Amino acid sequence: MNNFKEKIFKGITYTASLFTIIVLFGIIATLFSEGLPILKYVNIKDFLTSPNWHPTHIPADFGTLSLIVGSLVVTTGALIIAIPLGLGSAIYISEIAGPRSKEIIKPIIELLAGIPSVVYGLFGMAFLSPFLIKVFGIPTGLNAFSASIVLGVMVVPIISSMSEDALSTVPRNLREASFALGANKWETIVKIVLPAARSGVISSIMLGFGRAIGETMVVIMIAGGAAQIPTSIFQPVRPMTAAIASEMGETVIGSPHFHALFGIAIVLFIITFITNLITEFAFLKKRK
Amino acid sequence: MTKRELKQFIGVNALRLFIVVTALFLILFLYVIISKGGKMISWSFIFESPKKYMTEGGIFPAIVGTFWLTIISIGISLPLGVFTAIYMVSYGKPAWFVRFVRVAINTLAGVPSIIYGLFGLTVFVQLMKFDVSILAGSLTLAVLALPVMINASEEALRGVPQDFREASLALGATERQTILRVLLPTALPNILTGTIISIGRVAGETAPILFTAATFYTRRLPTSVMDEVMVLPYHIYALMTEGAHADKQVPIAYGTAVVLLALVLLVSAVAIIIRYNIRKKRKW
Repeated sequence: MNNFKEKIFKGITYTASLFTIIVLFGIIATLFSEGLPILKYVNIKDFLTSPNWHPTHIPADFGTLSLIVGSLVVTTGALIIAIPLGLGSAIYISEIAGPRSKEIIKPIIELLAGIPSVVYGLFGMAFLSPFLIKVFGIPTGLNAFSASIVLGVMVVPIISSMSEDALSTVPRNLREASFALGANKWETIVKIVLPAARSGVISSIMLGFGRAIGETMVVIMIAGGAAQIPTSIFQPVRPMTAAIASEMGETVIGSPHFHALFGIAIVLFIITFITNLITEFAFLKKRK
Repeated sequence: MTKRELKQFIGVNALRLFIVVTALFLILFLYVIISKGGKMISWSFIFESPKKYMTEGGIFPAIVGTFWLTIISIGISLPLGVFTAIYMVSYGKPAWFVRFVRVAINTLAGVPSIIYGLFGLTVFVQLMKFDVSILAGSLTLAVLALPVMINASEEALRGVPQDFREASLALGATERQTILRVLLPTALPNILTGTIISIGRVAGETAPILFTAATFYTRRLPTSVMDEVMVLPYHIYALMTEGAHADKQVPIAYGTAVVLLALVLLVSAVAIIIRYNIRKKRKW
């Protein structure tokens, strides 16, 4: 009897673990079964390399290049902001700050991490955008630049907390050896600690990249929504996630447009999947 | 000052500057949201339904919607997450299976939330015919919260000292009894903290519920899990992007943002306090 209970319990926990695998395959199956049919209407080369996204025209154009570029532009912009801010605060917390300033800085960063993305979107739309119009005299404040700023701030906590973990695992005797050789604090940070923590820092940046490229609400509200390849950062763009989220509600289920949106999701999934792989490999290397 | 000292001076102060910039952004952000949204907050804003196509009235249906979506999705993902973590920590065999599960969890953790929305749309809304409903939205959010939940539970279980487990087994307890009476109770506070953090995250998610649960405008409260609902984060988005009365809608969006922020930050604060108390009381 007792043995029976043991087996049942183990069975339950096994089934629960199995569920995560089922969900992952479910997601992949969903994306591909709904996304691949778009290749009946457009060949894969045009789908990925044509900048013309006119899904509701007759005949429709299903080129996603401008959407992919849109995503890459805002994500790059976000990282340009988030890497110095996030890595900078991580270095400061781990190497320079005393216990008291740590107690102030860490909650600030945790607070940033807890804010829902839609509230960031509201801030960008209702406050930042009019502000940028005033300051830069640009025609619209909803563009790649403003989306990058807000997205960048969203990514800061990710880069900061993971880099800090990486920096704090660097053995103390490396620092001490560096000081003993006459290096000052800054030289030790740049030449000893950062290189030693390199793989963790890279992981944190990859993770930030994955989060930024997958973020929906901020870009749908702030990036401006124009499906074009921007010639300036002050032009509106339409990242992949924004296209999926804003157009899915207006399409007919099973239409070419519907399948095209799932096709974009496949591209997005593959990008985040590869990002994940790189992150894990960087970690594996670290363990060795 | 030598060149080396100058470099150090510039470097360290640049780091300080980065932190100041981050902090200033947060202060500005909170100031804007709270100063513009704070004056909207009143009993009637919180406890009344919206009126006149969202240009007046309160947000009560959205609060109720967020409440149900969060409770149901956590109710689903918590047991799933804890059971999975138990398997990974206590049984952990065969090794290839555990490694496979681990890859699945890590991959799921990196999947963008909008893709969970598409998954929910295809599987829960269409295939299982739940339509746009609390049920479909909760299931989608539950799947989204799962990797966080598993990781938190696993970390909590691994935090229990090995002696506890060995002592229990040595006393003749079975594996199941050891898990249920020794490991779980000891890890419970940390699992709870992880759960609360997930609650904060789930309550603030918008993209997964866009096509699975959320509706812009309804005056009535949900009566069953098959109803579509208003939800706080979606309400903010809809107020900013739909409707024709921006002048009246934007202040309501700010007010809603204050309520959502207060909710999410309050929940995180509870988690931080619990965690602090655990660490203080812990004797091992």
